[in-house]
Amino acid sequence: MDTLVAQLQRQFRDYTISLYHQGFLDDQFTELKKLQDECSPDFVAEVVSLFFEDCEKLIGNMARALDQTGNVDFNLVGSSVHQLKGSSSSVGAKRVKGLCVTFKECCDSQNFEGCVRCLQQVDIEYKSLKAKLQDLFSLEQQIVQAGGRIPQVDI
Amino acid sequence: MAVGDLSSSSSSSSTELHVLAVDDSLVDRKVIERLLRISACKVTTVESGTRALQYLGLDGDDGSSDLKDLKVNLIVTDYSMPGLTGYELLKKIKESSAFREVPVVIMSSENIQPRIEQCMTEGAEDFLLKPVRLADVKRLKELIIRSVEAEEEHKAKHSCPNRILQNNTRGVSSLDDDDTPSSKRMKLESRVHV
Repeated sequence: MDTLVAQLQRQFRDYTISLYHQGFLDDQFTELKKLQDECSPDFVAEVVSLFFEDCEKLIGNMARALDQTGNVDFNLVGSSVHQLKGSSSSVGAKRVKGLCVTFKECCDSQNFEGCVRCLQQVDIEYKSLKAKLQDLFSLEQQIVQAGGRIPQVDI
Repeated sequence: MAVGDLSSSSSSSSTELHVLAVDDSLVDRKVIERLLRISACKVTTVESGTRALQYLGLDGDDGSSDLKDLKVNLIVTDYSMPGLTGYELLKKIKESSAFREVPVVIMSSENIQPRIEQCMTEGAEDFLLKPVRLADVKRLKELIIRSVEAEEEHKAKHSCPNRILQNNTRGVSSLDDDDTPSSKRMKLESRVHV
């Protein structure tokens, strides 16, 4: 007979593993979890939240720069991409980071269509990760509310 | 005295380092701050090289600081920043009379050999590839503490000028880790990941 806590913990474990296996997260996310403790119980959620705000801001910058038809400043776009690559790397957002690598190449070669495609993909990708992490944090909250401990998941 | 006028302490665990962390990325500032705090360091974060110089009181024209009592044991800075780059900040710090003995560590997301060499030649203590991890910070902290303690010990026994002691302590701190620039590059190369 499976208690609610046990069920939630299993869900949490499975979901976490799938996020890594599907390439959404990499070991830098694991490193961030190591920095979370009773004194800083929401550290990961806080950093991740800052990251998503960063995504919104930088993608907005890129979109504006690419919108200057005939007068696109690829250096400006590239600089925003570089920043996004940096912060995605710092939080373990593996797919976003990967897209930034491609995006940077398009900027460097002044490939307008390529940049537009990359921008769309990066936008979709960060929103997808945001939704998934929200689900993950929600599972954590449910476990705690049901009186259980959040399991340590070894990838 | 710039390196840190720590009161005499018997063990390394009671030596609290004050670290100045410089990074234009809010996400990275949050992460580095946590990495340092969890390693029992006092942390001040600033968002640019210019702010760092202001904080250190080095934004005047001479190399002396207005802030005689400011204790900073380590400066960690991102390389690529708008305005003053980490390299330029490093140069300004090394040119200053007040803070030239403070170890400066550069962080970068890019593993570019000429860049690393340039920073090490200019006097950087270490060059870390981002994303920076707990193991990196722990290693750094041990290095700095050992050199600070060795210097405290020397000061207690002799009254020698700082400059001579600093050379000695570099030798002490490299006992476990080979800190020659080429070994750091090799360590960095093994950590390259895309």
